[in-house]
Amino acid sequence: MNVEKKWSEMTWEEKRREKFNKWLTVPDIKFVSPEAEKLYMERVTRFARAFLLEKPDRVPCILPVSNFAAYYGSSDLRTVMYDYDELKRTWRKFLHEFGDSDMFFGPGMVPSGKMLEAVDYKLYKWPGHGISGDTTSYQCVEGEYMKANEYDALIKDPSNFWLRTYLPRVFGAFEALRNIPPFTTIEEIAIMSFVAYGRPDVRAALEALLEAGKESVKWMMAVMEVSQEATRMGFPAIMGGLSKAPFDTLGDTLRGTQGVMMDMFQRPEKLHQAMEKIASLTIDSTLASIGDSGVPLIMMPLHKGADGFMSTKQYETFYWPTFKKVIMAFVNEGIMPVLFAEGSYNTRLDIISELPRGSVTWWFDQTDMAKAKKILGDKACLVGNVPTSLLMTGTPQEVKEHCRNLIEICAPGGGYILSGGANIDKGDPDNLRAMMEAVKEYGVY
Amino acid sequence: MSGDLPTLLADLKDKEVLELVKKKLDSGEDPMKILEESRKGMEVVGQRFASSEYFLPELVFSGELLKQVTDMVKPHLTETAETKKLGKVVIGTVAGDIHDIGLNIVDFMLDVNGFAVTNLGVDVPKEKFVQALNDTGAPILGLSGFLTPAFDAMKETVAAVEAAGVRDKIKIMIGGGQMNDEVKKYVKADAYGKNAMEAVALAKEWTGVK
Repeated sequence: MNVEKKWSEMTWEEKRREKFNKWLTVPDIKFVSPEAEKLYMERVTRFARAFLLEKPDRVPCILPVSNFAAYYGSSDLRTVMYDYDELKRTWRKFLHEFGDSDMFFGPGMVPSGKMLEAVDYKLYKWPGHGISGDTTSYQCVEGEYMKANEYDALIKDPSNFWLRTYLPRVFGAFEALRNIPPFTTIEEIAIMSFVAYGRPDVRAALEALLEAGKESVKWMMAVMEVSQEATRMGFPAIMGGLSKAPFDTLGDTLRGTQGVMMDMFQRPEKLHQAMEKIASLTIDSTLASIGDSGVPLIMMPLHKGADGFMSTKQYETFYWPTFKKVIMAFVNEGIMPVLFAEGSYNTRLDIISELPRGSVTWWFDQTDMAKAKKILGDKACLVGNVPTSLLMTGTPQEVKEHCRNLIEICAPGGGYILSGGANIDKGDPDNLRAMMEAVKEYGVY
Repeated sequence: MSGDLPTLLADLKDKEVLELVKKKLDSGEDPMKILEESRKGMEVVGQRFASSEYFLPELVFSGELLKQVTDMVKPHLTETAETKKLGKVVIGTVAGDIHDIGLNIVDFMLDVNGFAVTNLGVDVPKEKFVQALNDTGAPILGLSGFLTPAFDAMKETVAAVEAAGVRDKIKIMIGGGQMNDEVKKYVKADAYGKNAMEAVALAKEWTGVK
């Protein structure tokens, strides 16, 4: 730790160095072997250099897998969402059998189905719960979970809006909790303060939350067991936390796509005010959530600012200002935002190139990588973008060839990580191994 | 107030549009003519979307505006509107996928370009696509899908059309998030459309419309 300068007085670059140095320190865990420890340090260093726009020993590779391990282990998403032993078994099988890779995604993005059912979750459908049991992903249900006339309520008191309006719409269990008086009403001798908690419906709701808590802890034990084993075997984690752009938060799960786009015409001022509010909530909650994970990277999946969704002017007016604010708040705490632009971002490259050199990483899905390298190459680490279609329907030779081409375009000068455009759940593991072969054969600096 | 209805609608002047429609109805103008003018306005919206002057927000907004106009006009209609359509198209998001943003853009663009669209919505079982093709007699099927599970669902849907013995009479296009020509080959469709404009171009080509 730098003792000469207080955290609040450091520049973002100095904070960044501190955070990365901490990430690059041998973690306080017992590796399975000295070889595993050595490999772990090599891998973390490889990623850190690439993220920091430097040249590592070779191009690192992030395997584009989400629920892949479940299917690799002859199970499926539905089963592992409900059976934590199966969740562990399948992920461990993949961990032990896949072979060399630069990192490992634990099963932390597979939520507990029992937990979701306990609170009667309505925002998502998952296999066997709203969509067919053999579906390989969970999916968000588009809807207007916040009405057009509720902007003032959100802006005035977000916590109260969430408790009384939003949460009951997305969790059945929260319906009865509308009856709890605001906590701010409790300030004098507590005579009537807890009457609401005697209502049968409120008690049932609280029981549901307790049940969800119990399941969450069981689930988390399973997730951590696998993730820690991966680290002990020498595979680093590369995700410290998740966050979103304020426009997406409003457009994805509050107002819905239709709603937020109407608001751009009908109540732009309210939309801006709400995004400002959400930006500060997002910054606080994200920074609190990454706490001491030690990984100085925050992944931000981006949705509604993609090419085609809105004009460049609309992007600059509605999407970019609060998105940039959130990004820079993370940067100013020494964190590296990894901005995952779903769809394509070809028309946004000039706008996003205004961010300080080395401050962020861009992970592209279908963006033209040659164009991205040209415009952003000396400013930000680039990640991407083997198409999912190729990974799922192509041969290992085709995948490897595609990777070679990407490496030739993106690797020169450093600051490049090979990955998929999006993640896959099923497919030939040899297509993933072909990506590892490609970085070793073509990606050495 | 200035401007004609098609122009005002195409320019998304919501207040003026609604005032003008009210004035027209009050003065006893033929409601069918109002709807026809609105259609012309929407056609221009479609053209502007195709030329990247308009984007999704404008489509959403104009769609909402048209709905309001239609709601105002409806009580005045004495006959049911039956406009001549270029051809029939069945569209939907395949089984196991519940995304419909792209699907609805394609619906909008086909509609303003004169096609009769049967939109089956999301998470559509393959049997339902086959049924809709039989019911409507549509020669074109559009399959939408956002996520990778849609690859197999599309493949199965195309196979179901084949099994129903009508594959040679139906042209099938696919589109959506992770789709491309590789997926088209994999699912054995006839074409992949990168966006809604390509969907319209394909539908026109397949129905012989210039």
